[in-house]
Amino acid sequence: MEIWRLPISASQRGKLISAGYTSLSSLSSISSSDLSRELKVSESEALDILKLASHSRGLEISSASCSVVEGAQNAWDMLHDEESLMHITTSSADLDNILSGGIHCKEVTEIGGVPGIGKTQLGIQIAVNVQIPHDFGGLGGKAIYIDTEGSFMVERAFQIAEACIEDMSEYNRFLRKDFQACEIRMHPKDILENIFYFRVCSYTEQIALINYLDKFISEHKDVKVVVVDSVTFHFRQDFDDMALRTRVLSGMALKLMKLAKKFSLAVVLLNQVTTKHTEGSFQLALALGDSWSHTCTSRIVLYWNGNERYAYIDKSPSLRSASAAYSVTARGIRNSSSSCKRIKMM
Amino acid sequence: MANKLISEIPLPKSIANVFAARNISTAKDALSLTEFELMELLDVGLTEVRSALSQISEIIAPPYQTALSLMEQRFQNEHLGGHFPTGLKGLDATLCGGIPFGVLTELVGPAGIGKTQFCLKLSLLASLPANYGGLDGRVIYFDVESKFSSTRLLEMGLRSFPEIFQMKEMAQEMAGRILVLRPTSLSEFTQHLQQIKVSLLQNQVKMLVIDSMTALVSGEHEQGSHKQQTLSWHISFIKSLAELSRIPVVVTNQVRSHNQNEAPHYSFQVQSRDATIETPSRYGSHLVAALGIHWAHAVTTRLVLEAKSGQRFIKVAKSPISPPLAFPFHISSLGILLLSDEGMELMGPEINSIHCQGHNEIINFGMESLD
Repeated sequence: MEIWRLPISASQRGKLISAGYTSLSSLSSISSSDLSRELKVSESEALDILKLASHSRGLEISSASCSVVEGAQNAWDMLHDEESLMHITTSSADLDNILSGGIHCKEVTEIGGVPGIGKTQLGIQIAVNVQIPHDFGGLGGKAIYIDTEGSFMVERAFQIAEACIEDMSEYNRFLRKDFQACEIRMHPKDILENIFYFRVCSYTEQIALINYLDKFISEHKDVKVVVVDSVTFHFRQDFDDMALRTRVLSGMALKLMKLAKKFSLAVVLLNQVTTKHTEGSFQLALALGDSWSHTCTSRIVLYWNGNERYAYIDKSPSLRSASAAYSVTARGIRNSSSSCKRIKMM
Repeated sequence: MANKLISEIPLPKSIANVFAARNISTAKDALSLTEFELMELLDVGLTEVRSALSQISEIIAPPYQTALSLMEQRFQNEHLGGHFPTGLKGLDATLCGGIPFGVLTELVGPAGIGKTQFCLKLSLLASLPANYGGLDGRVIYFDVESKFSSTRLLEMGLRSFPEIFQMKEMAQEMAGRILVLRPTSLSEFTQHLQQIKVSLLQNQVKMLVIDSMTALVSGEHEQGSHKQQTLSWHISFIKSLAELSRIPVVVTNQVRSHNQNEAPHYSFQVQSRDATIETPSRYGSHLVAALGIHWAHAVTTRLVLEAKSGQRFIKVAKSPISPPLAFPFHISSLGILLLSDEGMELMGPEINSIHCQGHNEIINFGMESLD
């Protein structure tokens, strides 16, 4: 019953079916005036329905002639795309290592951890690092920071921006001994100017904003990362209907994934933790439930191991499960300073 | 914003009527449904649903600001760029000026450690005029456990700022700015909060103190998850109150005992238990902050007050802009005083632990010196 696939309203569909049109091919040979007479709708409506039907059919026919399935890309071409993917460095070489370069563009990465582990710190670091110019191996893009909890502190962003510029100058001096060209003319204020900050106060605003991002990013094409801090906060309360919450969350995740693919940007979602009672003991798990765990491409868990902060790749289609230590310093996220740092493969 | 009526949003007449006919009156109702659900409900095509949703979303979505303009705004309009100095030099330096505006700051520690003393001193400081480092405004103090002592407040004032408090009218003026509320139940507290939200700015309220949050929640006879729900609403409400009015909000929290074996881990940690470093066993420190992990996520700054080997410490356990430092302090007639402005840096999760060793001796000693 191919009529079900047409994006038309329920009553139009009902009329088509009761008039006997159940497949797309049955609509191929009728004119709009005949259809409008049979369905008892206006001629323009009938014309719209026929247009939609021929569009869907057109996709099927042309696919037979050019490729096996319309819209598919073969794996070899995708390999080229994947290799030329840009990454956003996290400023910690160990962390970048296990992420094979950094936070991937065209993907939704979820980062979760207990309070105080450094999620917001990592979020701010990424929003600053995306602006590293191409000459230094960065994306030279802008950032969108969606703050749902009010944890974004401008002073900290300034500190991290300052440290990033100092590091770039250091790198410059170290590698380019001739001192000419590529003088760092960036100022921390320029970095702050390229972070678009949105403060969201309810889940409705969160949904509305994510719907609106498509238009916003079309107008600001150099945005290369969207950080949501945190995606959980507004969904943890006043949702009596859990099924609705799951539907809304998956709708949101899908839109974010589409944004990531369409504009080739990275989406970073920060998540909180909750305690789950499984196997007779309390375990920590990322919030928002099991269905949410399926929606993100990659998932990184930040946790304490002894006195060190570690990041563990919990889920990724292309990266191995590994953990690496990192630290939060006055300059931002950096490698852990302990002498026996180890990257553990699991 | 979320409760904006669909009728107020400029949509094409036909679809606006359909929304009204199906009882979808607020933007919240419309945005909570998926595209297909709306198509079914409203009986319109996908393109119309999409365009209606994008128009609604554009109106409801919050406006943006660049981080630069945010910073400039804060530094221009607010006292010290949005920080309230506590008078404790080391702590203020760590917190980049003092207690941040617009977010929740939590004081957590065992009983008798000095949380209420700190709150009293902060209320006093907030009421002072700007040239004395104060916020020159009113303070609303929620005294849930009836620990507020005006005598102690005025004693602190007299010892710390004798030039103001020796004059009776000035003392009256300052003390008069501190409004104490004693809610007896969570619902009364809720009512007060809602009243305050409306009149906060007109009445020059510059700080909110809740002492203590734990007592409010524990007083209720709620079952498990329902308790979590009520607290969630309050957390959201207080946070939005703090943000909209850009005032510092200080909340105290108590501690509860905690079974060491119960320390929750992630599922992947459990598998590789032998590979993880064993956390050094701590004697006598089976205390954790009450109110749970959702609350811990919601506060922006957490100051832990504890007693270790007979010495009291105030630790910056969670803060977006400070390193994990611990400062030794003691309580005198002036209130809380730091014994050293150079904090000790603590590594790892040690900063979050709450100790209560040798505490009883301190309480007695303290009482003697106050007499």
